[in-house]
Amino acid sequence: MIRILKYSFFDLMRSRWTIVYCAFYGILTLALFGLNSDISKVIITLMNIVLTLVPLIAMIFGVIFYYNSREFVELLLAQPIKRKEIFIGQYLGVAFSLSLSLLIGLGIPFIFYGILSSTEIFNYLTLLLVGVMLSMIFAGIGFLIALKYQNKIKGFGIAIFTWLFMAIIYDGLFLLLLAIYRDYPLEQFSLFAAVLNPIDLSRILILMKLDISALMGYTGAVFQKFLGSQLGMTIAFATLLMWVIIPVSGINYISKRKDF
Amino acid sequence: MIRVKNIYKSFDRNEVLKGLNIDFKPQSVTAVLGPNSSGKTTLMKALLGMVLPDKGEIWIDKLDVRKESDYRKLIGYLPQIARFPENITVRELFEMISKLRNAPANSETLVDYFDLKPFLNKRLGHLSGGTRQKVNIVQAFMFDTPYLFLDEPTAGLDPLSLIKLKDLINAEKKKGKTILITSHIMSFVEEMADEVIYILDGQINFNGHPRQIISEYLANSLEEAIAKVLHGLPDIGQKNGQQNTRSTIIRSFKKENIDD
Repeated sequence: MIRILKYSFFDLMRSRWTIVYCAFYGILTLALFGLNSDISKVIITLMNIVLTLVPLIAMIFGVIFYYNSREFVELLLAQPIKRKEIFIGQYLGVAFSLSLSLLIGLGIPFIFYGILSSTEIFNYLTLLLVGVMLSMIFAGIGFLIALKYQNKIKGFGIAIFTWLFMAIIYDGLFLLLLAIYRDYPLEQFSLFAAVLNPIDLSRILILMKLDISALMGYTGAVFQKFLGSQLGMTIAFATLLMWVIIPVSGINYISKRKDF
Repeated sequence: MIRVKNIYKSFDRNEVLKGLNIDFKPQSVTAVLGPNSSGKTTLMKALLGMVLPDKGEIWIDKLDVRKESDYRKLIGYLPQIARFPENITVRELFEMISKLRNAPANSETLVDYFDLKPFLNKRLGHLSGGTRQKVNIVQAFMFDTPYLFLDEPTAGLDPLSLIKLKDLINAEKKKGKTILITSHIMSFVEEMADEVIYILDGQINFNGHPRQIISEYLANSLEEAIAKVLHGLPDIGQKNGQQNTRSTIIRSFKKENIDD
């Protein structure tokens, strides 16, 4: 598995798109620093971009990588290697190269602007961690969708819709429910609903860290109480980890039963 | 020894293999023929464990293909479409496959043989179709495996490379290897094969030496003999109610085979 991971990783690290992706974050961060030298504000702006863009790009990368390597997979399947090793290895290759691009793109400008000696370092690290987790999660979902659907157009369609649902529609439905049932105590429900969507969960994790939960009113207080505690944080990260494990087990399950 | 026992495979509702039985003749070249989508590639992929049969057994050297992955150490496989990861070089590809198989590779001799030296450090994405097919051939032949499965090996080759490929196959046969070939180029099959198996309706329609088939069907070449088989399908004759001498010959030949 390590060997497959290594080769997919180096194959992607040399691809033009990975470099463009990395450069995009670098330039974006530098531009934000040019507009505003307050590190905390730059982190909040980046958070909004990372939360929307990372899932989309990771998903598309996962889908494209699988479809592009289909014939190569045939060659790998003819070697004395187990299917699990091939597909999990490839998935990790995509996920790691995306994560590394993100870390380099966001990392270098921040180091340049003195994040290491700043008090914001923990918030910044939370942003990076969340970015990496989202890359792992959505690359996995993308890979899974591509593995499931032979038809590329269908695969891309479903991937984009999944992203749209998780990044935008879910929030809309969430708000709608909150508005309809506003006469009822919804703190528990909203906590539960937010934890179920990795993008929402990531957003809340960062907001909590940045100490602006007061903006969210009473619900914010409930979140703060939950996520502020050791247990809450552990549950939140365990949930994010679950979101990595679910697509990876799906990849394992489908690849075992698939004809190539 | 390759033994295929009563395998069935359908894709959605399309039954491709319907109870196919065959023992491949060891230490010889067997050509697997049949009309388009008759299941030639499906059979080859089932032997490699890439397609999972719905029913039946496949044994390679007493190893159960459905349960093992290690038996693939015994097989060199040339896939039909030669597409590899675009960003790695030819040299890296050979090294990678060699490492994956954990076996010594004899790529240098073959690289010289097919004049691939100038391309060793080129990325695979930058190669022409014919060159890529040569790379494909090298990766299939570079291990000293007792079995070679070649799916359309002649695709995209220039005449000189084709002659080289034929010499290579003959040399491997002399070493006592069991070689399976699918091809649509009948002259190539006629020249190379010791045994032809013809798949029709998901079963072996006939098998035998090419010369035997040519004489049985009163044809001048294998191409003509195969065309006669296709043309004189018994059920077509029955439908039209006009049974000509040609299909009578075919019927008697088929009957003989069944009696065996």
